[in-house]
Amino acid sequence: MNQQNSQINRRNFLRLTSLTGAGLVMGLGVKADGLSVIENLGTSTASFELSPLVMIDQTGLVTIFNTKPEIGQGTYQSIPALIAEELEVAMDKIVIKQTGGEKKYGPAQFVGGSSSVRTNYTNLRKVGAAAKEMLVKAASTTWNVPVSECYAENATIIHRPTGKKLGYGELAEAASKLEAPKNPTLKDAKDFKILGKSAPRPDIPMKVNGTAKFGIDASVPGMVYASIERCKVFGSKMVSFDATAAKKVKGVIAVETCERIHGIYKSEGVAVIAENYWAAVQGRKALIVKWDHQGNETFNSKDYEQSLREAAKKEGAVEHKQGDFDKAFAEAPTQLTAFYETPVVSHSPIEPMNCLASWQDGNKLEIWTSTQVPGSVMNDFSRIYGVKQEDLKLNVFFNGGGFGRRLYPDYIHEAVQLSKKVGKPVKSVWSREDDTQQGPFRPLTFSAMKGALDANGKAIAFQHKVISPTLDMKKDYDITKADGTMTEGISEQKYEIEHMKNLYVHHYVHVPLAAWRAVTSTTLAFSHECFLDEMAVAAKKDPMAFRLEMLTKESDTKQILNKLKEVSNWDKKLPAGWGRGVAQYEFFAGQAGFVIEVSKKGTGIKIEKVYAVIDLGTVVNPDNTRAQVEGAAVMALTAAIKGGITFDKGATVQSNFHNNPLVRINEMPKVEVHILANGGSKIKGVGEPGLPPFAPALCNAIFAATGKRIRRLPFDINKIA
Amino acid sequence: MITLNINNTPYQVDASADMPLLWAIRDMVGLTGTKFGCGMAQCGACTVHVDGKPVRSCSFPVAAAVGKKITTIEGMKDKITEAIQHAWVELQVPQCGYCQSGQIMSATALLKAKPNPTDADIDAAMQGNLCRCGTYQRIRSAIHRAAEMIK
Repeated sequence: MNQQNSQINRRNFLRLTSLTGAGLVMGLGVKADGLSVIENLGTSTASFELSPLVMIDQTGLVTIFNTKPEIGQGTYQSIPALIAEELEVAMDKIVIKQTGGEKKYGPAQFVGGSSSVRTNYTNLRKVGAAAKEMLVKAASTTWNVPVSECYAENATIIHRPTGKKLGYGELAEAASKLEAPKNPTLKDAKDFKILGKSAPRPDIPMKVNGTAKFGIDASVPGMVYASIERCKVFGSKMVSFDATAAKKVKGVIAVETCERIHGIYKSEGVAVIAENYWAAVQGRKALIVKWDHQGNETFNSKDYEQSLREAAKKEGAVEHKQGDFDKAFAEAPTQLTAFYETPVVSHSPIEPMNCLASWQDGNKLEIWTSTQVPGSVMNDFSRIYGVKQEDLKLNVFFNGGGFGRRLYPDYIHEAVQLSKKVGKPVKSVWSREDDTQQGPFRPLTFSAMKGALDANGKAIAFQHKVISPTLDMKKDYDITKADGTMTEGISEQKYEIEHMKNLYVHHYVHVPLAAWRAVTSTTLAFSHECFLDEMAVAAKKDPMAFRLEMLTKESDTKQILNKLKEVSNWDKKLPAGWGRGVAQYEFFAGQAGFVIEVSKKGTGIKIEKVYAVIDLGTVVNPDNTRAQVEGAAVMALTAAIKGGITFDKGATVQSNFHNNPLVRINEMPKVEVHILANGGSKIKGVGEPGLPPFAPALCNAIFAATGKRIRRLPFDINKIA
Repeated sequence: MITLNINNTPYQVDASADMPLLWAIRDMVGLTGTKFGCGMAQCGACTVHVDGKPVRSCSFPVAAAVGKKITTIEGMKDKITEAIQHAWVELQVPQCGYCQSGQIMSATALLKAKPNPTDADIDAAMQGNLCRCGTYQRIRSAIHRAAEMIK
């Protein structure tokens, strides 16, 4: 299996085909109306640009183009598998090429929102199916037999009555002259050989012997290295810098300024450029930079959090309304209110931000990096830096973790600017301290909850008010509107509660913010599902039964909870000192739920067992799905029990993994993952849904074991009592 | 010039004595399987073996490695490493994969010292290696699996 980056446009394709006599190239064209059409690139007269997705040459070599960067989520297997399945080729017989943001593949070259498979499940299979139908037709013509007597298997077309065979390589040229069927027949799921099976990931062998290439491993002749000093106080402006001492450090070549562009957040940096990275770091230490903090030097978490608590008193904008919440709440015999708080957290992928950029002739730009957004980098960088799209080449590598951080190309901007200034290929590498201290961060959200029960302990009124900044960091936010991202999922839950009014209060912060894996659902599920537990306790009901009573209609939520009840033996008595908790959360990316069992251990608790259920409808790779949910549980556990990010004197307090710790192997609980995949047309995301319900299930379990209700994250798991 | 013996090959590098071994390996010798993660021996992504012992190369000065046998992930060819790599593939351990060179270096050192590690042994030997994707459960299983394969 090769890891390659490739740019094949139509001209290159024609050149390739004439050179090699290469056979069939199939792809998708995106028409002006946004609809994808399957095209044979050999015969197409389409006026729009075509994206080759599968190429079969005359030796029978099958190349499949992966438009979805691999960030650990498994797209290096799952995306090519969609084509290979329908094409009837085995995964170990294909070459996978990673695309690099080429315009013809469109903005879909993006990984985020657990969207890769669920948004491509049908169209990529159709590309494979169309190619297969053309190969079948080419064989039937060659043999002069009916198409219905021919079928495809193992990259071969077989004539059923006689057993005659022709390989794809032998048929590729003939097939390349046929028109692509517009609506090829897709296989029945019961006939799948790859999809729905726990297939090994083709990137894994490269990741156990050091040969897998990440952005930080990119290298070109004449390359120099950059380490960039940025102000620790957010919102500062540079006054001046003195590079005299820095330039005396052995290996230092130049000192240049650059601008970090993160949406509307822009900040200056001073880059020390050197022959090797270590020299650049030493040079940076010798820099003297004078900053004007613009009054931001007093900013701190304590005051900011208090200002959110004050802001929570505002009514806020209505996000969702049903029934008459105010009246129902006021008149109910049992009323509950609670306030929940979650922290700012860092993404902390282990591969620090990095980018290699190189300008040639002053108007051609090549970039080598790890990114989740090659499509938008091509578009935006072409526009911002005035480079024609055909003169901009982006090489996409394996991402050493994404988690939302690499949706933002701030680190690419810096390298691109520096390369232009020094006239050499520049590789910029952020230190762990840069990564930890500069953000962008997942914003905190605070939640003011209200709920009411009737005389029978039935939930009749519910309110979730979110208080937070917005991800776009806008100060002049229209306060009459609720932000959809910051209230993600709170009105999508299936619990049948008659009176609801969900609200949003905007509260500005000037630090750079970002989506984090599972976005705002990771914080809102905590308040939402813990508060439901508080209502269950007030109703003197079992938390699982209380939830199921609110789910009289059939729903995925009901299925998830029933499955959790079954796999966790919910009704079985636990040993003394143990407790179990449940939570689920539905949001745009998909849906999962957890039952977590904990036991008292000294002053803290131990997580004994984690049961997870993820609802997918259709599953492409069960083993990888389990891996994603296992990993999501770990990331959610870190966000629940580790330090989080805090600010003091205008800057981030934490700096590296010693004071911004992640869960380690000795803290890893046993996680058992179950997948609901009943087939049909439903298909949901895999990468993110395992995060949101983890913290509430854990905190609900802690309440069950200890009677202590946790309403603020993070908390110390060793000091619960 | 300093001479470093990496994977049984001598390399001449123009490194200052205090330069961490990591940067000599990556930037000067060009072996990129060893990764940079934190720069202060907190994450283990940069783990290499020096005279058979796992060290965090981001915090290990080049000068201290002179005259010693340095092994990186690219040079790991013994039976134990092969068993670990097999187990890692069989149990599909890596996700993003960035930390896995370091995980495998630490796991190899563990199995060399303790061919039948307990869960507590694994915790002790592997807790210096962070994995943000959260592959710990599979790392544990794969170490047990590799131990079985070596028997």
